[in-house]
Amino acid sequence: MHIDIDEIAKTFGATTALRPVSLNIPSGALVALLGPSGSGKTTLLRILGGLEFPTSGRVLFNGQDATGMTVQDRRAGFVFQSYALFRHMTVFDNIAYGLRARPRGQRPPRAEITRRVTRLLDLIQLPDIAGRYPTQLSGGQRQRVALARALAIEPRMLLLDEPFGALDAKVRKELRQGLRDIHDETGLTTVFVTHDQDEAMELADLVVVMSMGRIEQIGRPQDIRSKPATEFVRDFISA
Amino acid sequence: MSDTALPRPAFRVATDEAPLLRIVLIAIAVAGLAVLVFAPLAVVFAEALKHGWSAAIQSLGNRDARSAIQLTLLITAIAVPANAAFGIASAWFITKFDFRGKAFLITLIDLPFSVSPVVAGLCIVLLFGANSAIGGWLVANGWPIVFAIPGIVLATIFVTFPFVARELIPVMIEQGRAEEEAALTLGASGWRTFRTVTLPNIRWALLYGTLLCTARAMGEFGAVAVVSGKIRGQTATMPITIEMLYNEYLSVAAFSMAALLTALALVTLLLKTILELRHADQLAATRRH
Repeated sequence: MHIDIDEIAKTFGATTALRPVSLNIPSGALVALLGPSGSGKTTLLRILGGLEFPTSGRVLFNGQDATGMTVQDRRAGFVFQSYALFRHMTVFDNIAYGLRARPRGQRPPRAEITRRVTRLLDLIQLPDIAGRYPTQLSGGQRQRVALARALAIEPRMLLLDEPFGALDAKVRKELRQGLRDIHDETGLTTVFVTHDQDEAMELADLVVVMSMGRIEQIGRPQDIRSKPATEFVRDFISA
Repeated sequence: MSDTALPRPAFRVATDEAPLLRIVLIAIAVAGLAVLVFAPLAVVFAEALKHGWSAAIQSLGNRDARSAIQLTLLITAIAVPANAAFGIASAWFITKFDFRGKAFLITLIDLPFSVSPVVAGLCIVLLFGANSAIGGWLVANGWPIVFAIPGIVLATIFVTFPFVARELIPVMIEQGRAEEEAALTLGASGWRTFRTVTLPNIRWALLYGTLLCTARAMGEFGAVAVVSGKIRGQTATMPITIEMLYNEYLSVAAFSMAALLTALALVTLLLKTILELRHADQLAATRRH
């Protein structure tokens, strides 16, 4: 699914989180929103996911206006910064949550839910943790469960907020490759937010550099490295 | 082994106290509990059973005593669910949304803690008494509030209002909104999110708040004393009956009723302990480290 962001702006009371920004995300791309904290990248991601609504501007999914679409109807697989796993549910119940939340007519039968959860646990290479609670998992395992939970709803896009932020350096490297593999396997349009330029450059097809609620540059990693468009981008990537 | 070891300075963990100090502290705590908590409890039961079990049970069996017990249970059965619902609603509203006047609303929730129950009772009399416009109309239509059960319910709800909300607000603030947002992105409706994510996450705080609320609702005296009119057999709750019996020098009857009220409170605490033991594994799993 391709996503068009058309002059989206967002203010919270007196503070401006996003000045009008526009961005076209081609179908199947892996896009990084890169910038320091307060650059508006998370706000933009949450607007795509339907967790915030823009003050002005439009969002289009496959050319159709989706600006006012509810969070439930968007079917965006969202991975939260601290993963937001349901702490009172087992890993199995966490992953099955989205399937069980479907209206009765579209809800898969019990055996089908079990089959799909098992397949997702295989996909994230953690086949044996179905019965555990989130507190019994390591940070890396939690992140992968959050990813599996987001994938379970057969999302139309994947949105990740600092997916590697809470992990140590070694696990971070492994999981980067894991996300790349899952993206390539599912072909989902994927947008992730990061403040780590290495992560953005290594993982993404397209990097969007943001600062102070503005988009500074959109380009392939190598183009941003070789031809930084503004002073800010030059400083930020050389840091 | 220890006798062959070289003499070395005795190290103590920084947070450890000297043995003597430890014993003194424990003794102070035990003595405090004994004098302030256990002794009064023991006295209540001892006085009630002064003339044996049969006298105590007999005093609880007469018509006025039974009516008081039923009334207290009825009031509690109305006030506690009402306050649980209000408490969840206000805690939800305060913690999940940002709006102007939030601090003011939190202060308002605490108001019943700071206002004397007697004042609260008087407010209800002034608002709904037969001499007020609303009260006059209600009495004329056969719905008296003051000196009747609705007034006692209102007074009890007012006094016990903060218990559930006060337990829930810190828990819900600590948990944030992320899990609810996750449920919504997974396609759950607002109601389903509340039922399957919010409610399970707050259930222990809710249980604890509800139990405190129950104990207080059964024991409320001041506000109820003002609004009830203390009509024996009609609007006299258990605490009010205890006071009346005591003033009439019927000490066995008064203390039997007091013992029963205490026992009801102890049962709620016991219930909480049993639930906690039975769900210890879940408690551990859902608590953040």
